[in-house]
Formats: sequence, C-alpha cells, structure tokens
Amino acid sequence: MMDNKMIVEGSLQSVDGGFSFLGRLPYYRGLGLSMIEDIQVTVDGEVQPRESVRFAVRGQTYTLDEMETVYDNRWNFGEKATIIVLNGGLAAGDHTITFAVRYRVSYLPFVPTTKDTKELALAA
Amino acid sequence: MSSAIKRGVSLYSYQNETFQGRMSLEDCIRTSAELGAKGIEIIGEQTFWGWPEYGAADADVETWHRLIKQYDCVPVSHDFMLDYKRYKGREMLFAEQVASVKKDIDFGARLGMKYIRALVSISPDVLVAAAPHAEEKGIKILIEVHAPLHFDHPWIIRHAEAFEKSGSDALGFLPDMGMFLFSFPPVWKEKFMRLGVPKTIADYVEKAYEDRVLSEYVILNVQQMGGVGPAIAMAETLRHNAAFEPKRMLDHMGRIHNIHGKFYQMTEDYVEPSIPYDEIIKVLQQGGYQGYICSEYEGNRWIEDAEEPDSVEQVRRQQVMLARLLGEAEVPTIKTAPISVAAE
Repeated sequence: MMDNKMIVEGSLQSVDGGFSFLGRLPYYRGLGLSMIEDIQVTVDGEVQPRESVRFAVRGQTYTLDEMETVYDNRWNFGEKATIIVLNGGLAAGDHTITFAVRYRVSYLPFVPTTKDTKELALAA
Repeated sequence: MSSAIKRGVSLYSYQNETFQGRMSLEDCIRTSAELGAKGIEIIGEQTFWGWPEYGAADADVETWHRLIKQYDCVPVSHDFMLDYKRYKGREMLFAEQVASVKKDIDFGARLGMKYIRALVSISPDVLVAAAPHAEEKGIKILIEVHAPLHFDHPWIIRHAEAFEKSGSDALGFLPDMGMFLFSFPPVWKEKFMRLGVPKTIADYVEKAYEDRVLSEYVILNVQQMGGVGPAIAMAETLRHNAAFEPKRMLDHMGRIHNIHGKFYQMTEDYVEPSIPYDEIIKVLQQGGYQGYICSEYEGNRWIEDAEEPDSVEQVRRQQVMLARLLGEAEVPTIKTAPISVAAE
C-alpha cells in the first residue's frame, strides 16, 4: 500500500558528502525504528552500501545499525523522513533512485520488503 | 423503522488521503459525521504521531476531544498493535506484553474510547491478564476475528473459552466482515490481471472461488495451467479468504461489541460485490446487536497502481448502503468538501 508514494517527488538534494531525499514508510500505521530492518538505496543501478545510509526524522539522525535498538522513536504514518546516502555526492541532473525498506511486522507471517523507483532531478 | 445498530467509520478508511496529508483529522471526523456515521474508530498510532514509542502529545489529544465534541461524534475504538517483535531476535515476554496492553488500555481511556482492538495474533492469556486493568478503566478489549481466522477456528475457540473462564466482561470480539467473502473481489481480479495473470487463469480462480473449491486444489490446477508468479499468488489468496457464514456470529453475540465493516469496493449502485451485507445485517439484527458497524475501506491497495483511490466516495457509498439496510429514511450526504489539500 502506498508503494508508489514512498519517494517524495522533487526531494533530491546534495548534502555534505552525499545526497538526500525524502522517504515515507509504505504502511498504514508507521513503525518503531527498531523494526526497520534495512533501507537499501540504489542510484542509477548501483546499490549503495548499508553503512553509507543515514535516516533522519525530527532532527535526529541514525545509522541503520543504530536504528535496530531505538525503542523511543518511530517513523510515523506518512512522515517524510530524510534518507541520506554518504556516497561522496551525485552529479547534477536526472538520477534513477530505488528506495527499498525491509520492516518487521509482528503479526505478519513474513518480513515484507517494499520498494519504489523514481526519476529525481538534482539541481546544479 | 430505524435500527439499534449504529453507523461509524474507522479512519483507516481514509489512509490514502491522510498518508499524503490531504485530509486532516478534522476533515475525517467532519466527513464521517456528515454521513451520519457518528462512531469514530482509529488505529491509535496512525492518527496520533508518537504513539506508542514516544507518546501522543497532550495538544493532539485535546484536539481529538474538541473535534469529537464539535461534530457530535462518539469515540468507539482505539485499535492497538502490540509489536511483540519490537526486539530483534526475541519476542516480548508475557509480562512485557501485558504491560504493553495496559498502556494501550490507558491510551484508549485517555481518548474516551469504549473499546480497544487487539490483533488476532495475540495470545488469550495476555488479554485475560490485562482484563482487570481494562475493567478498572471502563474499557473492553476486543480481539479482531479476521480472515483467514473465523469463529469456528480452534484459535478463536481458545479465546472464547479463555474469556468465559476469566469471568470478565471486559473481553470480547470485533468481527471483520471480510471473513464472509462470498465472491472473489473484482478489484483483486483486475489487479492480478494488471500484474500479468492470463484471463483464462483469472476467470478460473474466480469461478473456483464461486464453487467453493478447496484452495490447495485451485493452486495445483493453476500450476498445471502454466500459472507462475502472480497467477500462483492469485490462487493463494484462497488460502487466506473464504466464504464463512455470517450466522456463525450468533453464538458469540454477548461478546461482540464492535464490527469492522470491511469492504474492497462499492459500486455506483451501492453494492459491495464480494461481501453479503444484506445477510450480515439480518444476522446482526437477529442477534440483537446494538453496537457500531464501522466502515473499513481496504480497496485502496488493490487499485492504487492504476488510479488514485477516492476513499471518501467509497465510504459514502458504503454508508448509503448501510443506512438503507438499516431502514434509515435519510440518505447519507456529504455537505462539505472532504479534501483540504490537493494531490501531489
């Protein structure tokens, strides 16, 4: 659900040492951060290493390993989190971004991974 | 003749719009109220950012109470989740689960709810242990009986027996009408066909569902018809859905206090093609049900790849159908534009 709304259109930006975009959890209720098992970002066909990904909400930034033991914060329903990838930066222009999230849902008899792919432009 | 059964909406129904920030809490409550669906059900952590990990803000809870009062609505149920897989590699211990349910009982009471909804995967022992706290707070804990489970399933019977043995009237059931799926939903079939399922296979699965063929036979037949990927997935929906009979609720009416009016699609002529609401209402009236039926629109995820869902129109059509089936004279009508922010 809401799979095609995970990546927020027009949100690609350059940041110190990499780039960022806004991402939403494709789920009807949001989730505590300890239940986000993985966030995988692919840029123009190239999978970015897990260690290079940061997740930020409401002024708090986490590595994916840190998130696994965060019990006092959550990715709220519809909340636009900033997904940061420290890859050294992207060239200006269009990029194909795939954003895949694997999350642990207590009542589901499987662990879903949901992804969205969009063309985003980085301003010069 | 009007009915003792009351109409409500689970704000889950509007998730496609609220997710995008296109409908505010006020839009959701006002729209439901205008439709005469005065019972409001929520998933606490969908409606209140922060819950449960960092708590709901007092200001947000005050806004909730103000809107409920302003639109003359009634808080019905806070649907809680109990993430017992919160810790990687281990499930929450029994005592941790009970403590977590108590927190949700308190949150339900803070919102003025009568009920809190427990997901069906929660053990009856946890609910029984939390029941005295629920009694103190004037809350009933209702386990959601949801497909593939049903009232004759041993897991649900175990709950019913545990509830009786506890002697507590704070434990009960919240049946989801999706368990009475009497036809294969057209929106499911159309989505599977968009995913590449050949029409011959899609037609076969639909017909096999009508004929009540055992899911495992249908899956094998689809494999032998050359079905792969989405065709198998389509056949496998029969493992998780079945046309159980609404009358199975009658043995449990004393503990049924809220109803999820699940629907996947309401047609322009106010029909849910896959769930027999006329039969359901008859059974509920026969059983003397006096609670709410809360609309629960779940068609969005089946159509969003092809079109932007219009949740409000879908809820409106279901409320028109329910009002009609309940013998209400007035046709539910929306008077105020329900969407405050345009699509992205």
